[in-house]
Amino acid sequence: MTEIGISRFGAYVPRLRLDRALIAAAHAWMAPGLRGQAKGSRAFTSWDEDAITMGVEATRDALAGADTTSVATLRLASTNLPYADLQNAAIVAHAAGLPAGVATSDHAGSQRAGTSALLQALKGTESSMVIGSDNPFAKPASVQELSFGAGAAAFLISDKDVAARLIGSASLAEVFVDHFRAAGSASDYNWEERWVRDEGYAKIVPAAVKAALADAELGISDIQHFVMPSYLKGAADAVAKKLKFAGTVAPGLEDGIGYAGAAHALLMLAATLETAGPGERIMLVGFGQGADVLIFETTNAITAARPPRGVGGAIADAVPTDSYLRMLSFYNGIDAEWGMRSEKSAKTALTEQYRSAGQLESFAAGRCGSCDTVQFPQLQYCVNCHAPSDGFAQVSLRDETAEVLTSTADWLSYHPSPPLWVGFVRFQSGARVLMEMVDIGKEGIDTGATLRMVFRIKEKDRVRGYNRYFWKATPLAAAQGA
Amino acid sequence: MATGIKDKVAILGMGCSKFGERWDAGSPDLMRESFEEALADAGIERKQIEAAWFGCWGDGVNVGNSSIPAAMALRLEGIPVSRVENMCATGTEALRGAVYAVASGAVDIALAIGSEKLKDTGFGGLPPPFKGTFNDMWMPMGSAPAGFAQLAPYYRAKYGTTKEDLKRAISHVSWKSHQNGVFSPKAHFQKAVSMETIMNAPMISDPLGLFDCSGVSDGSACAIVTTPEIARAMGKKDLVTIKALQLATSSGRETQMNDWDGSYVATTRAAAARAYQEAGITDPRTQVNLSEVHDCFSITELVTMEDLGFSDDGRAVFDILDGRYDRDGAMPCQIDGGLKCFGHPIGASGLRMAYEIYSQLLGRAGERQLPNPSIGVTHNLGGVPYQGIAAISVLGLS
Repeated sequence: MTEIGISRFGAYVPRLRLDRALIAAAHAWMAPGLRGQAKGSRAFTSWDEDAITMGVEATRDALAGADTTSVATLRLASTNLPYADLQNAAIVAHAAGLPAGVATSDHAGSQRAGTSALLQALKGTESSMVIGSDNPFAKPASVQELSFGAGAAAFLISDKDVAARLIGSASLAEVFVDHFRAAGSASDYNWEERWVRDEGYAKIVPAAVKAALADAELGISDIQHFVMPSYLKGAADAVAKKLKFAGTVAPGLEDGIGYAGAAHALLMLAATLETAGPGERIMLVGFGQGADVLIFETTNAITAARPPRGVGGAIADAVPTDSYLRMLSFYNGIDAEWGMRSEKSAKTALTEQYRSAGQLESFAAGRCGSCDTVQFPQLQYCVNCHAPSDGFAQVSLRDETAEVLTSTADWLSYHPSPPLWVGFVRFQSGARVLMEMVDIGKEGIDTGATLRMVFRIKEKDRVRGYNRYFWKATPLAAAQGA
Repeated sequence: MATGIKDKVAILGMGCSKFGERWDAGSPDLMRESFEEALADAGIERKQIEAAWFGCWGDGVNVGNSSIPAAMALRLEGIPVSRVENMCATGTEALRGAVYAVASGAVDIALAIGSEKLKDTGFGGLPPPFKGTFNDMWMPMGSAPAGFAQLAPYYRAKYGTTKEDLKRAISHVSWKSHQNGVFSPKAHFQKAVSMETIMNAPMISDPLGLFDCSGVSDGSACAIVTTPEIARAMGKKDLVTIKALQLATSSGRETQMNDWDGSYVATTRAAAARAYQEAGITDPRTQVNLSEVHDCFSITELVTMEDLGFSDDGRAVFDILDGRYDRDGAMPCQIDGGLKCFGHPIGASGLRMAYEIYSQLLGRAGERQLPNPSIGVTHNLGGVPYQGIAAISVLGLS
């Protein structure tokens, strides 16, 4: 019998960061008390990032070079999926280059969505991807606005090179309403923190932990890492103390990320796996209308499974920003005057999108069968020798490094994060493409600078609520400030 | 073997409306202005026009699709009217249609009219164009200045031009056009501006400042063409004929391959080579007396001087600073103020350029009249340097 487990994992955190002190300072006139909780920085999504784009980036980090042909299932967990009826997971699967036969599904509706999706995958027998990706929005001047963040983590579950296997688990359903968000609402409604901590975390989690330990035939002293996310400060330490847990309580990733909703448990698990040695046991808790508890044991493959970027790399890959209003604008919190140019229709021709999906989703250039010229987009005939494109071989530019040929900061065009940086990009394969460049700092970007490709929202159709996604170029080295 | 259109078609009459922020006039009013001047100049009646070409770019802020708005505005009854659109090269494209119709022998007298109403958008600058359903999926939506500004780094890298020299040269381009605009009563801007003001203007897209960008204007220009034989039979003595009319459109080479180095406009060079051949011009520097080129941005005019063979590659900066293209220079350029000062109502611009060359060749240019020019070149450029349409005409006395 084969045994599946976590064989690869990866993470993504938006580069944009804001010091919590700047958020608190903006609200000091009406909520001076926030200042006391304003420590470190939080991540926030740029206008063109969401649960889909972050999920794609985390998946690419996890898969980096891996053979994905046997991946049969993809689960995307988030409480902020951009679409209510349009499968978000399918968009991620295509952009990440997973096989066409993959069974995709969205997992939502609870902070526990990430751990539940992971548990389902691990209880199955198939090779699968599990992705948690979230960017919760909280009302301005709320405590949550300070504690929330954004990010994504992705796990490849397979029977090859298993780095961490599930050795026990338990789930518990309980309608404990610590907070809720009605369908269509922008932000949560929260009940008193003391009640949530004492009656919720402190009672529901230990019950599930007890069942999971029994399942694994272990005692709490057999566990080395306790991984429990919470938007409440100190909740994990309090539960660990109640469990008489003597090992390491995983840090909550408050600085540099912030609580990333349904993705947070998976981000914390990824961070723990990045530093764990072989033979260590990790207890992962997901909390929300009950609890999931998963107990893992790492194997000798854990060291080789570490991703190129991971959580640690993503936290370090930061672009510090200095404007609270910019973050608020990216979360649609202010209705700024964008000028008449922003009135241009952003309606997507869905028919055209479907016809051209083959080259747009995976950024597929064509290599001419007659003259070898690599070109994007792929039009009817080769740009060089005019041979019909039927003979083109497909070359994805997604993972190719590239360099800046020209760049211009365009302050005239409407752009939700002005200026629009645009210029020609030259790929290693010789392809030349006019591209948007993102996460450019105040210093701009030089000709010859190395770029990597990121999956982003190309344009938002605010009238119809539809996003058009495409690839953009971003500097390999994070800017010093934006 | 095709023989080209050299001297097969003559201009019977031309007209041009006042350009500018024409709050008083819609596109049909502007068309009427240029049309009536052209009719009077040609000395014909409306009913003698057998076919017409109407050039208009932005239907979103203009008259709507098709040729019907022009046919209704000018009451062109029962004749074929075609609508053409080729971005900023639209005006020359309209002229080309009318000229080809006469040259083919299909009609004796044809009309070309370009008109654009840009100041009904409610904001400054051009409305963002629709790129097409496929391009919308992947192509970034840069503004026109952002597209043309990218010529600067390529040009400097290729010729080792300093940032300061390039800025001074492109500032001189705009300074010269403002000097000329003073003598151009139909121009949008008719005020001289100092080099200091131009060089220190707010940046739009580096290195292009406010004065490096052409005006956004309303206007219309119009040409009535016929055969030289008919023109002479109608009593015209000094005849301006079409020596050449050529277009070149990007096929994607510049944007998709690495053989274009970004320091020039490939379509202009292709169209110029064919236009000079058609016109029998072997040395444009001695055979061309004046030019009206597409100075949508000052940097465009600078590289165009090389693309048209007026300056050696890499030398336009110095030729411009030496005054070669000034009013009193060897090859005056934009004697009417150019797009910069005369204005740039997109669909009309190519015909406005032809109007100025025509006026100069016939000695009707008033205070800005040059001494005895006999050959002039117009250069009209649509799109952006890396993906566009170049349209070139050579007009001369015959």
